[in-house]
Amino acid sequence: MCLGIPGKVIGIDGMEATVDFFGVRRQVRLDVVDEPVALGDYVLNHVGFAIRRIPESEVAETLKLFEELAAAADEQDLLAADLRAELAATQESKK
Amino acid sequence: MSAASSGVAELKFRDPGRARELTTALARLVQGLHRAPVTLMHVCGTHEQAIARFGLRSSLPPGLRVIMGPGCPVCVTDLGEVDEGVALALQGVRIATYGDMVKLPGSSKSLADAQAEGARVEVVYSATQAVELARASEEPVVFFASGFETTAVTTAAILLAKPPANFSVLSAHKYVPPAMEAVACLPETRVEGFLAAGHAAVITGYGLFEDFARRHHTPVVVAGFEPLDILAALVKLLEMIRDRDYGAANAYPRCVTREGNRHAQASLWRVFESADGPWRGIGVIPNGNLQLRKEWAALDARRRFRIDVSGLQQKARSELSRRCLCGKIMVGLVEPTDCPLFGRECVPESPVGACMVSSEGTCKIWYQYGGRPDLGGGT
Amino acid sequence: MSKLGETVAQKHGAGGSAMRTLIEKVFVAGLGPAGAGLAAMDDGAAIPVGDGFLVLTTDSYVIKPLFFPGGDIGRLAICGTINDLAMMGATEPLGLTCAVIIEAGFAIADLERIRDSMRAACVEAGATIVTGDTKVMGKGELDGIVVNTAGVAFAKRVVPDSGLRTGDRIIVTGSVGDHGFAVMAARHKLQLQGELVSDVAPLNGLVRAAQAAGGEFISAMKDPTRGGLSSALHEMAAKGKVGIVLDEACVPVRPEVRAASELLGIDPLHVANEGKAVIGVRADATDRVLQVLRAHPLGRDAAIIGGCVAERPGSVILDTGFGRRLLAEPEGELLPRIC
Repeated sequence: MCLGIPGKVIGIDGMEATVDFFGVRRQVRLDVVDEPVALGDYVLNHVGFAIRRIPESEVAETLKLFEELAAAADEQDLLAADLRAELAATQESKK
Repeated sequence: MSAASSGVAELKFRDPGRARELTTALARLVQGLHRAPVTLMHVCGTHEQAIARFGLRSSLPPGLRVIMGPGCPVCVTDLGEVDEGVALALQGVRIATYGDMVKLPGSSKSLADAQAEGARVEVVYSATQAVELARASEEPVVFFASGFETTAVTTAAILLAKPPANFSVLSAHKYVPPAMEAVACLPETRVEGFLAAGHAAVITGYGLFEDFARRHHTPVVVAGFEPLDILAALVKLLEMIRDRDYGAANAYPRCVTREGNRHAQASLWRVFESADGPWRGIGVIPNGNLQLRKEWAALDARRRFRIDVSGLQQKARSELSRRCLCGKIMVGLVEPTDCPLFGRECVPESPVGACMVSSEGTCKIWYQYGGRPDLGGGT
Repeated sequence: MSKLGETVAQKHGAGGSAMRTLIEKVFVAGLGPAGAGLAAMDDGAAIPVGDGFLVLTTDSYVIKPLFFPGGDIGRLAICGTINDLAMMGATEPLGLTCAVIIEAGFAIADLERIRDSMRAACVEAGATIVTGDTKVMGKGELDGIVVNTAGVAFAKRVVPDSGLRTGDRIIVTGSVGDHGFAVMAARHKLQLQGELVSDVAPLNGLVRAAQAAGGEFISAMKDPTRGGLSSALHEMAAKGKVGIVLDEACVPVRPEVRAASELLGIDPLHVANEGKAVIGVRADATDRVLQVLRAHPLGRDAAIIGGCVAERPGSVILDTGFGRRLLAEPEGELLPRIC
């Protein structure tokens, strides 16, 4: 049951790629993915088919997105510190 | 712990420090809306698995509810569809299907029951495997194919790749956007925003949600499956609600684009067309089913075989199944723990409803992660 | 507790709650008087003798495949029994028994390989097989070979698995999931780049060192075999009537095991270990016990993974780093014939 974990292409034979998912190798079909896939690319797998080629740069981009979102929500409001303290207090009491 | 080859990137997505920043942002946003609870819905079993597995709801601010909608394809496979598979199996046809489908109850039997009576049912992990079974045999093999659009695309791919003549498909594929329409139209629904499934959106793109969001005044954000992906998408959704931005946004840019995978979409619609169809427990969803187009009749099990389900549909529903709340759970009206059968008469070993059968079903997921997966937090 | 049906199912041998139900309802109910005997359902039995206890244990091994990366049924049979004694605090085995039931047709060469493994494991543990039994069943009447070992040792103090108290810390002596995933990989011939290797090893030396450092401050011990760390913690929590909060990020998991786990969707917390111990330690002694464990070759990756609380006795709460949830207890077999 592969939950769409990204894996690295380590071999290609026509429409079939050998993909490494953190040390575990699987055969993955390339029929569905919409770009040419090369050795070393990361692909997203769904039930034995690559559905997307993920350029490594996009991994970094998403991290930036997280940072922006967290920062933007903090920007406006003077109650920032209060809220954070409130949240921290809530977490503590749940323990 | 050392990182494996692509593990370094993965570890970044699981940084608890960043998670805390995002949950703080959520708390502020919910506070700023001055109404509680704010209800957001996701429509993907894998999202629920991630939420439950990481205990995310326990970190969400009180006043924010994240509920699961119709996001489990096996769970919404209708009784009649299961009966078709079972009937074929009992007629002596070899059936290949995804693991979760085997124990799914039909009107009177599941494929597992048919197996016990001598029918041949084989579990496959991909459509390719089903084709291989047909290639290795002379006799007919029917691929009983369940799944939403991401999976339907793979079925389309193998059909387009000229499978052997003894191969055919019994399609139980479904399409999620029409189900979101149905939920958004429910009078009782208080869903204010949707998280769209990341991998389905890899295929469909997120552009198709713009019109939906505008008509229903419910923003849609596409989310990935790591804890940070989900939290970031929730922040974005709340911002859009705050700003009355009734559109669609992408919080999974490394995998999803506005247009999606055109090649896959073309394959999908070459092979399949939408049809009205019953979703188990929910009712008919207009355009909710994906059936094979007429041109593919030769590979359509419904047209190749005479499937007689009459013998299976005479039993009255059991008392237990009449008490099952799966239908309401799947549209987010109640939670598994609201169902009196949950964890008692209905457990994975002896499921009453479909939600307890599939690894993407809300009930199964909650049961697997301790019954009430998130301590404290949530409603 | 779940109900018992009319026939025994595979899940009843899996080490989870179903197995406990079977044992409690069929065996303990009908056979055992009270005491650190059958009803206590600990890793072994402790019989008061002189100024201490005679600790007895027995186990049967039905693992498939017989030979797997890191070990075989022979090594497992010796280490399993040595470890059950050690978990009770009995680290100097007086003697082991070994009974085998062999299917006709079994290769003598394989039997010799198993014997050699057993001998090597005995040397590592400082133990001797003193008596045994051999039976042969017809071809097809048994699957290959079944091995039973029993062990006896003397202990001044018995460490029960029921000794946890609020405030105690929980230590695991190394990475989890190694054995179960190694056996599964071997069974299903999974292609893996990293190696999945069983951790099967005798722990009596490691436990002896821990006891020397912690003494009476070691409150409970258990080896997380079938059902994994989760099962062991659930049992210890239930018997000690405490809740356990487990810090997921602190549980050592090897990268290969993590990878296999993500791919197969099986949580390492539920997977069998054969060379690890879970040790409950009073808070004051935790650091010195940890230090001593880490100085031992079998305890290099020992880590404090959680603690005992008064809330939700019998439950194990998992702190994922992103939130908290209850850790479910496995009911049936995740991986059959794992030991």
